[in-house]
Amino acid sequence: MNNTPNSQASGGAKESGLGRFIRATEIDPRLLGMIGALMLIWLAFEAYSAIVLGRPTMLLGASQAEANGFITPRNLWNLSVQTSYIGIMATGMVLVIITRNIDLSVGSIMGMVGMYMGLLQIEYLTPALGLGHWSIWIITVIFGIAMGALIGAFQGVLIAFLNIPSFIVTLGGLLVWRGAAFLVAGGKTIAPLDENFSLIGGGSFGALGRTGSWIFGVIACVFVVWAFVNGRKSRQKHGFALRPVWAETFVIGLICAILIGATAVVNSYIWPKGNIEKYYKSVEQELPECAKDSDTIYEGVCASFGHGYAYPVLILIVVAILMTILMTRTRFGRYVFAIGGNPEAAALSGINTRAMTVKIFTLMGGLAGIAAVIGAARQNSATNAMGNLDELYVIAAAVVGGTSLAGGVGTIYGAIIGALILTSLQTGMVLIGFGDGSYQRIVIGIALVLAVWLDIVYRKRIK
Amino acid sequence: MVDRTGTPLVELRDISISFGGIKAVDHVTVDLFPGEVVGLLGHNGAGKSTLIKCLSGAYQKDAGQILINGQEVEIKDPRDARSQNIETIYQTLALADNVDAASNLFLGRELVNSFGFLDDSRMEAETRKIMGRLNPNFKKFNVPVSALSGGQRQSVAIARAVYFNARILIMDEPTAALGPHETQMVAELIQELKAQGLGIFLIEHDIHNVMKLCDRASVMKNGQLVGTVNVNEVTDDDILGMIILGKKPAHLAA
Repeated sequence: MNNTPNSQASGGAKESGLGRFIRATEIDPRLLGMIGALMLIWLAFEAYSAIVLGRPTMLLGASQAEANGFITPRNLWNLSVQTSYIGIMATGMVLVIITRNIDLSVGSIMGMVGMYMGLLQIEYLTPALGLGHWSIWIITVIFGIAMGALIGAFQGVLIAFLNIPSFIVTLGGLLVWRGAAFLVAGGKTIAPLDENFSLIGGGSFGALGRTGSWIFGVIACVFVVWAFVNGRKSRQKHGFALRPVWAETFVIGLICAILIGATAVVNSYIWPKGNIEKYYKSVEQELPECAKDSDTIYEGVCASFGHGYAYPVLILIVVAILMTILMTRTRFGRYVFAIGGNPEAAALSGINTRAMTVKIFTLMGGLAGIAAVIGAARQNSATNAMGNLDELYVIAAAVVGGTSLAGGVGTIYGAIIGALILTSLQTGMVLIGFGDGSYQRIVIGIALVLAVWLDIVYRKRIK
Repeated sequence: MVDRTGTPLVELRDISISFGGIKAVDHVTVDLFPGEVVGLLGHNGAGKSTLIKCLSGAYQKDAGQILINGQEVEIKDPRDARSQNIETIYQTLALADNVDAASNLFLGRELVNSFGFLDDSRMEAETRKIMGRLNPNFKKFNVPVSALSGGQRQSVAIARAVYFNARILIMDEPTAALGPHETQMVAELIQELKAQGLGIFLIEHDIHNVMKLCDRASVMKNGQLVGTVNVNEVTDDDILGMIILGKKPAHLAA
């Protein structure tokens, strides 16, 4: 039981400034890598659109009205909305993959739950409660999440108690639920959905607005400071080594800067002309001059119609925080990691690994239910194709975000950045004119393989 | 000397376990008194580990009784064993490699704060305390145990068994992967725990360790108990004879 004390510190003399910096701040180097990759992708799309397509870019001082590259408030806002439902499901997929399972059925669960929610609204709730009743959206949301969770639980039971591999159970699920989604309405699209319900999908009216977003950003920043101070106190109480104050201050400053920056970006995406008109009509006031032309909405009173954080993005943020707490601060999360690291050891420690499997798949199903809510609300309709192939993007997001298919390793924030990277590639390809899907798939496929290879190289090097 | 006049701490009475028609353990009876170390010996496949796993809750017996302090108990899973203060150090160590020492030490019995959230700081502090006693050189508290040496991993597994006030300790070849210095540390620990009144089942292949550490030795062959002997009444050749031939030595058989 010998060991070399301070082996880490003794190597410190030789390491570079960057190494020292990363050690002091305790930033996960892979997180830096992922964010770096994301920035690179954004800049590459922006550069392509500016140089090859000759579009004006805001990076070179073009105004918002004329810029239509990748890095514009409008595109980044849309990106955030499109990332949200993939990101929400990816946070659950992290748990599934950590415990050495896979869930191929989430896209199909989305599709089926979406169809049943549409059916519930059109066939039952609206006739019973009346068109536009306030409770319709609440009942639909609860129903959707419960239905997703129930399907997940069912699959979990098959995996845990009948010992059928998760790959097979959920591959079966992929086919069964997609088929069921078609049967619900004979392949027809169910539309339109409840107005309040469709706000959950985002859009000008489904966003927090300018003031709300600033309040949100500031509160989030205050919370970050509180969390760091609290963590420091707790370590101090037990006499553990503390991070240097400058390092903590730097990390807090960085997170707050990102929060404030993101708030500024989503707030500077102004409502389109049509929506401003709709707003003035609804409050029965005269339309201001600036709202009469798309080029002038960045001026005067119109400029106060910033979108702010879209509701689906807020849902993603809440889900991410809850899932992070679940994974890092609760017994449940600890058991997820333990099962992934050594299922036998977990069982010998008295962990009920079967019940855990059922719970994890239930959670995954519930998250697919939330994704279905957002997806259906965003389209303002239920279609049986909703969520098609999304299971692959969700798995890819988790894996690009550093979740190891060998099990035992993965983070929630990684999965969300992974989702952001994949969605960026997807929407960026459309933006620069490769929207027919084939190039898009080629690029995403290559990115997936590349990301996993880089991860393998990185892991080998730190060993 | 161990006092064997009272009720045994553990009695495994007439235990049988079979796997698909093969009798892995065939009507075996062994017992263990407080402050005693009982060695379980036999070839690979003799049934030692299987027998002991029905006490630790990893397997379930098909027939027989388990008595703790004279009371019959039902041990259906590892949680039942833990609630009887039975702790096990498995040969494989049974550590989750991807989490740190404190998480492994408290796995399944995490300390939580008043909100029900994990109290990682307190768990780390407790881990530092017990490791300070068992292995003062241990410093790697914030890395996954996969980054630890064999001896360090072993000390985490031992700390896990010792921390929760075990009364009955099962050690499955605790020194198999260790160097001479570390083996000595485990030997000292066993003496210390014995002095505290714990009963220890020790599965061990090394006859010298058995002669040095154990009070009694129970030898198994082909799932059956060959016999139990007082270690100070026999030579190592006697025990080897029991293991290989499956017979009690002539001078004890009477």
